[in-house]
Amino acid sequence: METFVQQVLAGIATGGIYACMALAVVMIYQAIHHLNFAQGEMAMFSTFIAWQLLQWGIPYWLAFGLTVMISLAGGFLLERTVFKPIENAPVLSHIVVFIALFAIFNSLAGFIWDFTIKPFPSPFGSAALFGEGLIGAHQAGMIVITLVVLLLLFAFFRYTRIGLAMRAAAANPESARLVGIRVGTMTGLGWGMAAAIGSVAGILIAPMVFLEPNMMLSILLYGFAGAVLGGLTSPGGAVFGGFTVGVVENLAGTYIPVVGAELKLPIALFLIVAVLVFRPTGLFGHRVIQRV
Amino acid sequence: MSASLSVRGLEASYGAFKVLHGLDFEIAEGSVTTLLGANGAGKTTTLRALCGMIRRSGTIEFDGRSIARMKTEDIVRLGIAHVPEGRGTFTSLTVEENLQLGAMTRRGGDNIAQDIDRIYSFFPRLKERAAQQAGTLSGGEQQMLAIGRALMLRPRLMLLDEPSFGLAPLIVRELFAILADIRANMGVSMLLVEQNATMALELADQAYLIETGSIALSGSAAEIRDDDSVRNSYLGY
Repeated sequence: METFVQQVLAGIATGGIYACMALAVVMIYQAIHHLNFAQGEMAMFSTFIAWQLLQWGIPYWLAFGLTVMISLAGGFLLERTVFKPIENAPVLSHIVVFIALFAIFNSLAGFIWDFTIKPFPSPFGSAALFGEGLIGAHQAGMIVITLVVLLLLFAFFRYTRIGLAMRAAAANPESARLVGIRVGTMTGLGWGMAAAIGSVAGILIAPMVFLEPNMMLSILLYGFAGAVLGGLTSPGGAVFGGFTVGVVENLAGTYIPVVGAELKLPIALFLIVAVLVFRPTGLFGHRVIQRV
Repeated sequence: MSASLSVRGLEASYGAFKVLHGLDFEIAEGSVTTLLGANGAGKTTTLRALCGMIRRSGTIEFDGRSIARMKTEDIVRLGIAHVPEGRGTFTSLTVEENLQLGAMTRRGGDNIAQDIDRIYSFFPRLKERAAQQAGTLSGGEQQMLAIGRALMLRPRLMLLDEPSFGLAPLIVRELFAILADIRANMGVSMLLVEQNATMALELADQAYLIETGSIALSGSAAEIRDDDSVRNSYLGY
């Protein structure tokens, strides 16, 4: 029983990271209807920025805040410069650009900070919480921070004018223009926020997976699985999906003998395929019906 | 009276297919002008061209200021509210959120709540459904919501694209009564595109008849109503 609770808590902790990545993916999907393959590499790059700031002796939480702001601005600029010119281009053009970004961020991180694995500090320490080793201090911190981030985002989209404008721009761009919303700016802002959320995920997971240019690859896959499970059209669903994938992954790794630690990743892929076959809209997504 | 909207030689095309062949018309401040015409004559295209939703050429002046090269969102900020065909409500958002969006470009939050109350006084049914998703409303209610959202801008000119479309005759009467009310109380100029010529001519001061992308006839609403060819083709008596 104790192992079970332990594994569920650990699953919730990493699930929070997957939830953040899933949410970042869904935010961009809502705005431009494409999956951003480079989301993980963007988050990894942000994490390197945080690491660099820490190396320069900036205190942890200041570096954390700075990284989030830099990522926000970076995501916004990226959309305005790279994606705005191709907004009406076919799907393949977008995919090519995503792959290019993936490669660029990956190599750039390796070029600037090299490919050696670096430890990344945790502000919470690695001591066990509640004596019995039920959950580590860092994992507990991860859960708290992801919940705070998700709550802030919910409040932003639910209660602020600009949040409402962003939802309107994603739901119906033409009508949004007719009420005077600058849809392009909103799309850029969506990218900025997705990049910022990704940076939080990267910084939080880095102490567990260590910092290196390929650190986010599998994390993003779990994020995709969470997004698909919850439904690409539902931000709340994506968050739920992310947490679920985290817990399922941990429990399967512990209790299904053949899976073990090595075969955890295929579970994410299996989940993606299963959802796409049996319920393509995800658990909470809705079917988009288009009039022709 | 100074013209609040003045259009000269308006042309627009979809790809290589030209739809508008040089329209000229005026909308006087505070008046209701209607564009009549059959399906495919170019009425909707005219409205879309006015607010920059499609590529257009010609001169369009709003209060003496050229808007022919402006983007939709900037034109909206000048106080031109477009109620599009098919209503264009945000179906996944609530009725109240739709109304708030109408006031998105306005500054100052306190008047917005007052204005929402005013919209509810025009359309009490919207108040009952304030927290409902707009997509769950009936056709008539969605049309009311679209008009309400446009009014939230405190527009100086409203472009209405077939507000009667798909609505029961009783609802259409109700809607036009409210439009007359809005006009009397708020002094909003309106450009009304309609296939229901009878209702449109009752409300309007001026009327233009569009045939295949050009103005075929123009005059006061009363003159147009009494014109024999219009009566035969559009009024059916």
